[in-house]
Amino acid sequence: MARLLDKRLIFVTGKGGVGKSTVAAALGALAARHGLRTMVAELSSQQRVQGVFDRYGEQFEEVQLAPRLFTISIDPEHAMDEYLRVKVGALGHALASSRLFQAFAMATPGMRELLSIGKVWELAQLHRRTRGASPYDLVIVDAPATGHGLGLLRTPRTFADIARVGPIAHQGRTISDTLADREFTGVVAVATAEEMPVNETLSLIEAVERDELALDLVVLNGLYPMRFNSGEVGQLLEALERSRSQLSRSALRAALAEHARAANQREQQARLDAGVNGRLVELPYVFSEHLGPRQVEDLADALELALRKRR
Amino acid sequence: MSVAELLQGKRICVCAGSGGVGKTTTSAAIALGMAAQGHRVAVVTIDPAQRLANALGVEELPNEPHRVEPGRLAAAGLEVEGELWAMMLDPKRTFDELIDRIAPDPERAAEIKANRVYRELSSAVSGSQEFTAVAKLYDLDQAHEFDLLVLDTPPSRNALDFLEAPQRLSSFLEGSALRALVRPAGRGIRVLGRSATPLLAAMRRVTGVDLLTDLATFFGLLGDMTKDFNLRAQQVEDLLRADTTAFVLVTSAEREPIEEAIWLHRTLEQGGLPFAGVIVNRVHHDLLAGSEAEDVRPALRRLLGSDLAARVAENFRDYHVLARRDDVNVSRLAAALGDEPLLVVPQLDEDVHDLEGLLRMRRYLFASASERRRLIADLVA
Repeated sequence: MARLLDKRLIFVTGKGGVGKSTVAAALGALAARHGLRTMVAELSSQQRVQGVFDRYGEQFEEVQLAPRLFTISIDPEHAMDEYLRVKVGALGHALASSRLFQAFAMATPGMRELLSIGKVWELAQLHRRTRGASPYDLVIVDAPATGHGLGLLRTPRTFADIARVGPIAHQGRTISDTLADREFTGVVAVATAEEMPVNETLSLIEAVERDELALDLVVLNGLYPMRFNSGEVGQLLEALERSRSQLSRSALRAALAEHARAANQREQQARLDAGVNGRLVELPYVFSEHLGPRQVEDLADALELALRKRR
Repeated sequence: MSVAELLQGKRICVCAGSGGVGKTTTSAAIALGMAAQGHRVAVVTIDPAQRLANALGVEELPNEPHRVEPGRLAAAGLEVEGELWAMMLDPKRTFDELIDRIAPDPERAAEIKANRVYRELSSAVSGSQEFTAVAKLYDLDQAHEFDLLVLDTPPSRNALDFLEAPQRLSSFLEGSALRALVRPAGRGIRVLGRSATPLLAAMRRVTGVDLLTDLATFFGLLGDMTKDFNLRAQQVEDLLRADTTAFVLVTSAEREPIEEAIWLHRTLEQGGLPFAGVIVNRVHHDLLAGSEAEDVRPALRRLLGSDLAARVAENFRDYHVLARRDDVNVSRLAAALGDEPLLVVPQLDEDVHDLEGLLRMRRYLFASASERRRLIADLVA
């Protein structure tokens, strides 16, 4: 665990709907607990982490959620504006207010991704470019879904290659070196124990290794408990045969359905486990009407326990 | 309201929604159900699960619709009056085919396909999936071979990307922004040099001259083809806005996908796009009918002993936490939708990954209001 939290920048990715934001928030809560000034950065402009903590700020504002825990929602438009004004100076101001340039930059393939990841990089610097901004010990990125997420990590290198020389090439190279530095940057993949998320995670692992990035951890999120053994399942089936009460029958069927789901999940879990070389930790399904700070703290507990056990 | 009614008189059904809510299976179940009713239907999927892809047989012939054997469907227990076709989209290939088609000659097409800006453009990022999905949809629509096309949208960062990305990409290709900054020089395009505006000078300082040159070369290669892109973007947009198109939003009953569906519905309405209804998957229905989950324990204790009965009751309690959560979320969605159609599919016992699963889902999607009430009542019985 120490090794994961020793990094400065962690990308949390996975298929849509597997709980990336929740895992990013739980990881953030865990890091904050360990005394790290932690930023959970969202790139989807959906402000989900803010939603979990029910504390809303402006777009692009660094919002404090709890002691040492912060969040920001990054969008490419704000990122470009900041980049131009801070980095380029007077000329940048001219560009930032040019609609023509805005249109050009936003339409250039990969530019939105480059600008977003540029801001992430800036957040992870000990000497922040943003005037008056304090540094973070750890930046956790709630990255886009798998395909887009990996594309995002490749963008700086692609730009460096395309632009070859000049400020964009230089910036792209600096960022891409940072991402390739395994001491500095890590990747956490999130999956649920279903076929597609497991498939995507397995191909993500290949792709991450091909790109020579460090995949530190795979989090299997939303694992149902195995409440019944196979002998007990027989008893449940038998009871379903005999019972005439509607309520009992509903409860028995719910138990059998959940058991089937949990058993399927174990198959997928085994498939994932076989492909990730001991980097797997599990988080339980949260049976809760809301997902708020308390549930995130519970998940941080579970994460801490799982990471300790793993070592 | 059933899906058949939602899609009455429609030629295109676009299934949109956030990731992980069952869009692909829902699209396939819709196509299957419409085919069963006698239509000739093609479902365009982006990235189906392996077993579903096998079930539909889409891997045998990538990027072209492929008929699902009626025998296969019959074996799963469904006699289909119409025809079910399925295809898996290959974005890169679709893009290349588009270039081949509109390039003035094969040499130009080859040059474009080898261009670095193009290669980046047609890769999986930057909205090319979205762009090629609607491009393919348009081609299939023009071919008039199907009564209905069902499009499973790409797993975007957010569901609106699907609508915005094609526009972004085509406006880039159209190049109007850049066109103002560069001018033709022979076959290529020369970036304005000494006579450049301060704006261009600033741009060069920020982007570096190579990037601008590369872009200029790319647009030089595209030449008049940008007009075709522009025309096509307009045609695609017209197609998506046509009253024979239906946007069906797909969501699960969890909070965030529901919020996204509410927002997406509003966005579609504001954008004047033809919204047809929402399908909510994996809903946990209330099975208690006014009782408490704990009430089940005494009766079960006699059948199962106290330890096992306690665990069944605990499971039942957890199930109803989710039922309450889903009820709150679906109610919020219903309130936001007003009178618009809202179809609910219960949490099925197993994940849908084969034809049997699609058939189970289809029962809920194509049931009339009274059949649906009966199906839901069956869950409790």
